[in-house]
Amino acid sequence: MKKTYGIEVDCANCALLMEKAAGKIEGVTSATVNFMTQKIIIDFADGAEVKKVMKDVLKACKKVEPDCEIDF
Amino acid sequence: MNKKQKKMLARILLSAVLLIALLFIPVSGVLRLCLYLGVYLIIGYDILKKAVKGIFNGRVFDENFLMAIATVGAFVLAIYTKSGDYTEGIAVMLFYQVGELFQSCAVRKSRKSISALMDIRPDYANLKRDGEIEAVLPDEVGVGDIIVVQPGEKVPLDGVVVNGSSTLNTSALTGESIPRDISEGDEIISGCINMTGVIEVRVTKEFGESTVSKILDLVENASSRKSRSEAFISRFASVYTPIVCVSALALAVLPPLVRIFALSLSGQWETWIYRALTFLVVSCPCALVISIPLSFFAGIGGASREGVLVKGSNFLEALSKTDTLVFDKTGTLTEGVFEVTDIRCESTDASTLLEYAALAECASSHPISKSLIKAYGKDIDRSRVTDITEISGKGVTACVDGVLVAAGNVKLMEKMDIPFTPSSSAGTVVHVAADGAYLGYILISDKIKPRAKKAVAELKKQGIKKTVMLTGDVESAAKQVSAELGIDELHAGLLPADKVAAVEDIIAEARSGKVAFVGDGINDAPVLTRADIGIAMGAMGSDAAIEAADVVLMDDDPMQIVKAIGISRKCLRIVYQNITFALVIKFTCLLLSAFGIANMWLAIFADVGVMIIAVLNAMRALKVKGI
Repeated sequence: MKKTYGIEVDCANCALLMEKAAGKIEGVTSATVNFMTQKIIIDFADGAEVKKVMKDVLKACKKVEPDCEIDF
Repeated sequence: MNKKQKKMLARILLSAVLLIALLFIPVSGVLRLCLYLGVYLIIGYDILKKAVKGIFNGRVFDENFLMAIATVGAFVLAIYTKSGDYTEGIAVMLFYQVGELFQSCAVRKSRKSISALMDIRPDYANLKRDGEIEAVLPDEVGVGDIIVVQPGEKVPLDGVVVNGSSTLNTSALTGESIPRDISEGDEIISGCINMTGVIEVRVTKEFGESTVSKILDLVENASSRKSRSEAFISRFASVYTPIVCVSALALAVLPPLVRIFALSLSGQWETWIYRALTFLVVSCPCALVISIPLSFFAGIGGASREGVLVKGSNFLEALSKTDTLVFDKTGTLTEGVFEVTDIRCESTDASTLLEYAALAECASSHPISKSLIKAYGKDIDRSRVTDITEISGKGVTACVDGVLVAAGNVKLMEKMDIPFTPSSSAGTVVHVAADGAYLGYILISDKIKPRAKKAVAELKKQGIKKTVMLTGDVESAAKQVSAELGIDELHAGLLPADKVAAVEDIIAEARSGKVAFVGDGINDAPVLTRADIGIAMGAMGSDAAIEAADVVLMDDDPMQIVKAIGISRKCLRIVYQNITFALVIKFTCLLLSAFGIANMWLAIFADVGVMIIAVLNAMRALKVKGI
């Protein structure tokens, strides 16, 4: 299941690092951060709890850039 | 500006005013330090916080860390040397923040202007239900529903016109400014703007499947496919930052140690630490990291405005390196529509010849007959025609105004023992005879697109080394077309599968340059996929083409190919300019600072200034008009 969320990310390099960090979260099959459109596309694993996974994703992204925000 | 940016601007202004004020306030000692520290914290607290957090999160060598070390270092140095010159640390932070603010504004602005270019997403659809019209979200409309499109509104979904006629502006999709007339029974695609009349449309595709969604999806995802230049920058940044930090540390520590232990001189610690800090400020890789993806994004956005959809930065890059262009003939270089192109008379005038042929063929639905009737142009009076006999594979005989007319190919003439003039022209020849006497022939062929010849010439001018034409037609017909257009190489008589093999051979020959294939996407999807870059033409509404191609030209004008290559070249030129410019300035300043020639101010220029120039340069990629 693929879902797209808005993400606030300030630098292109951080977007890349977030993509890597989000991809490693449990329940995420793959993640793509599109810096230019400010979107994060998450492909969830089957049976993943979207809300919980997204919390983890946000936490991982905040580690990269503390003032990062994701709308979910 | 958003809230975050406004807050930043306020902090920048406040600290700049305070900094200037402090220059005129004669305080000294601890109080002086405290005042300056206050200003420093106003402008730089978030950077310090991020730097500390970064260390805890295992990201030691990022920009924030560099800035924190450089500015805190400047303060410590000022305290240590008792110079009381705290301005520099604050100024560095201030300029860094100005640069960051500018960067985020520039990125935001370019993002906005690009999305404005792609403003084809419809907000609502007027759904007609039980005779009443209701505005609903395009998502809510199903296949088979009837929607009403008023003048001035966007067509929200793909469909067929069931009522009314109008003129559509397709410029948002194709870059083509000539309006298109539509009436009942015509297919229309979403994203066009209805200009003149009210039309009712039966929806044929759901919103998610409609042209407008596909295009938006394609363009928005384009920047997710990274080009090799972008990949290079990411790799570069991840290697570069640690190297710079280690070098700065070495610069701060090694020379003093060498001086003390090897040369028995004083360490001059403060000089070398200052140089190391300058070195750190210079080193920020942001000019590269931000401007390269921005250039690609702007290039892709600008191209889409001109009706050239590029599916990814990687394809834009490959397109700029194209030196061999392979064309499919029918539908790409030619119209794919059969028309009467020549009439040769032996014993009567052209209009009589055409009249006989059109009347004799009036009952047939064969494309050849249709083009004859179309060329005739007048209404056909069926009562003038009797005794129509179709002779399969040969032609037709009929009695027109009491005259026995035979219209058909060579075989028909031979069968009826009529002496005729053979034709060597390319195309389908219809010989016409009346009462056994040969009148002449009509040549029907696929017309070359009006701007195809110009496009091939322009491509040569752009430095395309080889142009190739592939076609399923017989050699003689194809040869004439390729000769007229100035195409270098011709492969005729190919089945669809042979085209893939032909393209593979061409790729093997081309070696360094990229091979692009241009087709209309109808039966050449495998070739589009196999070529280095597949370019689909005239893709308005054709899903197969949008799927298979890497570059989609919304219009079927061959000049669009020239434009696409021009845009890609310009974009890549900007990318290389930025890479070279940023690296040269950076490395020069790094060297200068290592030898103590550059001070902090030059360092700030090397960081912020270079970035601003690179971002401005990147935005040029948006301007694609007139390429």
